[in-house]
Amino acid sequence: MASTIDPRQAEIAEEFAMFGDWMEKYEHIISLGRELAPMDPADKVDDNLIKGCQSRVWLAAKRDDRGHVHFAADSDAIITKGLVALMVRALSDAPAADIAGANLTFLDEIGLHSHLSPTRSNGLQAMVKQMKLYGLAFTAGG
Amino acid sequence: MTTSSTYDVHAIRAQFPILSREVHGKPLAYFDSAASAQKPQAVIDAQARYLSHTHSNIHRGVHALAQEATEAYEGAREKVRAHLGATSTREILFVGGTTDGINLVAQTWGRTNLGTGDCIVLTRMEHHSNIVPWQMLAQERGFDIHVVELNPDGTLDDDQFVQHLNRGPKLVAFTHVSNALGTVNDVKRWTAAAHDAGATVLVDGAQSVPHLAVNVQELDVDFYTFSGHKTYGPTGIGILYGKEALLDAMPPWRGGGEMIGTVSFENGTTYNELPYKFEAGTPHISGGIALGAALDWMNGVGMASLTAHEHVLTQHAHARLAEVDGMRFIGTAPCKAGVVSFLIDGVHPYDLGTLLDQLGIAVRTGHHCTEPLMDKLGIPGTVRASFGAYNTVEEVDRLAEAVARAAAMLR
Repeated sequence: MASTIDPRQAEIAEEFAMFGDWMEKYEHIISLGRELAPMDPADKVDDNLIKGCQSRVWLAAKRDDRGHVHFAADSDAIITKGLVALMVRALSDAPAADIAGANLTFLDEIGLHSHLSPTRSNGLQAMVKQMKLYGLAFTAGG
Repeated sequence: MTTSSTYDVHAIRAQFPILSREVHGKPLAYFDSAASAQKPQAVIDAQARYLSHTHSNIHRGVHALAQEATEAYEGAREKVRAHLGATSTREILFVGGTTDGINLVAQTWGRTNLGTGDCIVLTRMEHHSNIVPWQMLAQERGFDIHVVELNPDGTLDDDQFVQHLNRGPKLVAFTHVSNALGTVNDVKRWTAAAHDAGATVLVDGAQSVPHLAVNVQELDVDFYTFSGHKTYGPTGIGILYGKEALLDAMPPWRGGGEMIGTVSFENGTTYNELPYKFEAGTPHISGGIALGAALDWMNGVGMASLTAHEHVLTQHAHARLAEVDGMRFIGTAPCKAGVVSFLIDGVHPYDLGTLLDQLGIAVRTGHHCTEPLMDKLGIPGTVRASFGAYNTVEEVDRLAEAVARAAAMLR
């Protein structure tokens, strides 16, 4: 299956390959967090809250007429928010089936896989799981 | 800056192999001793020597190894007794840790003494491990829990404590040192007041025994518990001290081998004497022995020197971190031990912790297992730097500089 997600992952990996050290990498993540489109306050509600132990993540999803899923997300921690922005960039506005079946490798490639670890308790891992569940639900026509 | 003419922090550091490693290509600066302290070579050697030379099950064997292992384990119990100033080793129970010690008291003393219409007193600054065991029991037994709130500086509200004592609590359970704020509570004074009101007193010593000389007879506490891994010893081992008369009257909790007198299907089972009545099953023998070695090590350094050194570090951290824009200390009690907790305006603790980690600096961020405290303070958590015998003033400088650098990136 030719996924719409993989080229986006490749693009993110390429973008991060430019950075020489971790400082630049984190500065970029922080700026991505700052640039993330603000979430509609109506969506930033407890029902959409993914509770991490330390940072909180909100996630909302909608499906358009073409069957593409659009994500909106936010976090109270800026580094988490930057990573959330990357997830949204990789997965949003894609066919539901592509999201459900996505094999997310880009965090590994850019050396940030540890942020997906459950021990980080930042809500990111739960967010990715929730994004895929939305993909699955919308694939099933939900 | 030196802490005293006799305290050679570099000689102490050299005894901790882990402190020579790097993290993210930078020398490790470990400021998470309140979560768990690192281990000196003497402790590592004691555990390794036991496992490679002495190991056998204890108490039951007639062979040489069984006797040597028993002597080493019971010798460690005596070291703990001496360290805490308890009257007898009958009062020193090996448990899994502080959490285990508190659960033991809740499930034995608590189950026997607390019921409908009774109340107990806890404080706002308790670790979850000194809250949840009581909540679980309260749900089952129907007693009330009253909470002593905090003053703005992170000390406990004495007036409210007195008010709660007037309710006639059966138990007052509180921490000696707050893991989130560093506040040192006046255990002796509170214990005397609680006793005057007829209450039994349990003190959580998880954050005090690593930093301060503790004498249970002088404090006159009824129960005192601490964890081995925070006192430079292994995980999975800890101590519950209890006054002999109280322990004697308490029913056993966990049943099994070792805790019995005789076992019979026909005539019923009788229980062993103290302290074995509460030590069912094969214990963490190597852990107990290494805990004894850890206390030896701390006494070799000298508790007074250790306390003084950490006081210098805490003061220095407050002074240096105060230079960072937007710094807000959480917990500014006049008497603090081992912990500096803070927030920076506009910076999430998680972000700060992540960047400090990249700089090789290990701090803890989050609620520190004190959610009721964080909720009351209206904050999601803090960044906590905690100190041990091996931290240096130079490391504290590195921490302050790293915090300033990270905060600038994040704002």
